Amino acid sequence: MKEYLGILIIILLSSLVAILIVGISYFLGERKPKKVKLLPYECGMTTIGPSRRRISVKYYIFAMLFLIFDIEVLFMYPWAVITKDLKLFGFVEMFIFIVILLIGYFYVWRKGALEWE
Amino acid sequence: MMDDLSLVMPEVVLCGFGLLLLLIEAFLGEKSKSLLGILTLIAASSALFFVLRLSRLNGEAFFGLYSLDPLASLIKGLILVILVLITVASIRYVERENAIAGEYYPLLIFSTLGMMIMVSTTNLLTIFIGVELMSISVYVLCGMFRENVRSAEASLKYFLLGAFASAFLVYGISLLYGSTGSLDIRAYSEAISAGNYSSVLMLGVALITVGFAFKIALVPFHMWTPDVYEGAPTSVTAFMAAGVKTAAFVTFLRIFYTAFLPVIKDWGGVLWLIAVITMSYANLTALVQENIKRMLAYSSIAHAGYILVAFVTGERSLSSSIIYYLFAYAFMNIGAFTCVMLMERKGEENLDIDSYAGLSGKHPLLSLCLSIFLLSLTGVPPLAGFMAKFYVFSTAIKAGYVWLAIIGVLNSVVAAYYYLRVIMYMYFKEPVKEIGEIDLSSPYFLVVFICIFFLLYLGIFPRDLTLLAEGAVSVFF
Amino acid sequence: MVEHSYNLYLLLSAILFTIGAIGVITRRNGIIVFMCIELMLNAANLAFISATGIQKALEGMIFVFFVMTVAAAEAAVGLAIFVMIFRLKGTISVDEMNLLKG
Repeated sequence: MKEYLGILIIILLSSLVAILIVGISYFLGERKPKKVKLLPYECGMTTIGPSRRRISVKYYIFAMLFLIFDIEVLFMYPWAVITKDLKLFGFVEMFIFIVILLIGYFYVWRKGALEWE
Repeated sequence: MMDDLSLVMPEVVLCGFGLLLLLIEAFLGEKSKSLLGILTLIAASSALFFVLRLSRLNGEAFFGLYSLDPLASLIKGLILVILVLITVASIRYVERENAIAGEYYPLLIFSTLGMMIMVSTTNLLTIFIGVELMSISVYVLCGMFRENVRSAEASLKYFLLGAFASAFLVYGISLLYGSTGSLDIRAYSEAISAGNYSSVLMLGVALITVGFAFKIALVPFHMWTPDVYEGAPTSVTAFMAAGVKTAAFVTFLRIFYTAFLPVIKDWGGVLWLIAVITMSYANLTALVQENIKRMLAYSSIAHAGYILVAFVTGERSLSSSIIYYLFAYAFMNIGAFTCVMLMERKGEENLDIDSYAGLSGKHPLLSLCLSIFLLSLTGVPPLAGFMAKFYVFSTAIKAGYVWLAIIGVLNSVVAAYYYLRVIMYMYFKEPVKEIGEIDLSSPYFLVVFICIFFLLYLGIFPRDLTLLAEGAVSVFF
Repeated sequence: MVEHSYNLYLLLSAILFTIGAIGVITRRNGIIVFMCIELMLNAANLAFISATGIQKALEGMIFVFFVMTVAAAEAAVGLAIFVMIFRLKGTISVDEMNLLKG
């Protein structure tokens, strides 16, 4: 259990600091409530329309494509670590891998999945 | 490196063609469909050529992740023949049903590639990749009729249950890895013979069994089968019934007969029960089906049960009967489903058994062909279906599972009722409704005749294939 | 000590797997069912990673990469199927999938 003691101390200290900062400003600060001040804070802009709209299917298509191409990069990490040991063999293998990905990319492109309209 | 590549030439060729077809489809669009079909045939036959050329070789490639042996070569040959037959049957079907997109052929190739990968390895990582490549392609193939709600539903059901089964498979593999530290199935057989019967290992074996039971549709993991077989385009149904089942069963066989043979002996009771339930439930449910695709779906579950009868025995030397059964089963099913493809037409699907009534009057050749396939499914000599059942049940008797064989034979008798009912409808019943023009073009009949040829050949000269199958299962020793 | 913590991780992964499996069976929304399947796959990933710790072999880690890739491919195909179903039927509740019956 000893190794967790540090974490406990950090939790206690950080909560203490947080309570102190909020508490001091709560007790010492002056409050003048106004309508604008009481609005929920959303990145500084007033909200337009309801927030629970149905999202266009186009986003899903982009999300799917992003997911696929993004996850393929995963295989490059272990490859990059030992790429020097693998010499030409590893280079050629990764080249083939990327060519296959590129074919997929060309397919998606030609099919018009990258057009927004 | 070059040696490794020369061993995987069939897969490389198939993969290259698949990618090429994808590009051709994207750049040429709709008008390239018939070209794609022909290119798929070229791809399959060149891959078959390399499989035949490598068929005498034994070897491992890519650090033991891939292995080539007689079993792998034999089954790869069968899978490629299935691809050829399905492609030939699809050429007219895809044209007729405009709804099918051009991605159909590349997806067929990729799922065949997945099957080939999964049957020729002893490493669970490669098996997993193969299973997923096959399954994901088939999920999409099932939903190929994009405007058809039934097809979409079939796709969704297959996807959710298939992914569920994959999760079981992966978790099982992770437990096996956790208890032995290896992903090679040969290491498990060493671990088990060294007395490692830890609960983690056993749970892993059980989960892998569940995963594969989903893929090959054994009761109680069969719920998706009738729905998916009915909703999917018929050519895809034939592909699933023949190809997916063959590949999954061979992989299942390889995993168990290489690594977990003692486990089969210990769990004999459970597997025995699954075999009996699978056969009986599927046959009894098939009796009341009115849709021929659903009936054939239940029949395919029942056939998985018959194969399991031989599997349960756990006799390595007798497992060639399983290989024989898979060959016969593939040709019978492709043939029967091709006849169904002929009967159903765009717009109105003549899928209920009533529409087969009185078919022999108008289309004697078609009725004769369908009857041959149904008789083979029943198990009537001299067709291959009979020899297959004979081998499987005699395996059970030789291994001392007499009751299992008796239940199997009784089940075949029950099954005869629903197969013969269709034949009876075709020959002895007046037509109930007008079925209209049937597209009797030659590609369909080419497939049908090839299937009939193989059924007769395998049924009359079973020795040729049994010798090959015995050579193939020698890899388990 | 290592063995002991492996068992704990295994227990955690088994709990996650079970939660996922129960979710698949009880939930009705297709997307949530699929999320439960992802949870099951990630439970397997956890089991792989923790097994790598005691087995001193790296295959488990590599397997996790492949499981993640396959999960991504499944997610892409799954979302496409859900979109197709939604266009045709206006719902993705698995209870509404009742056209195919026998």
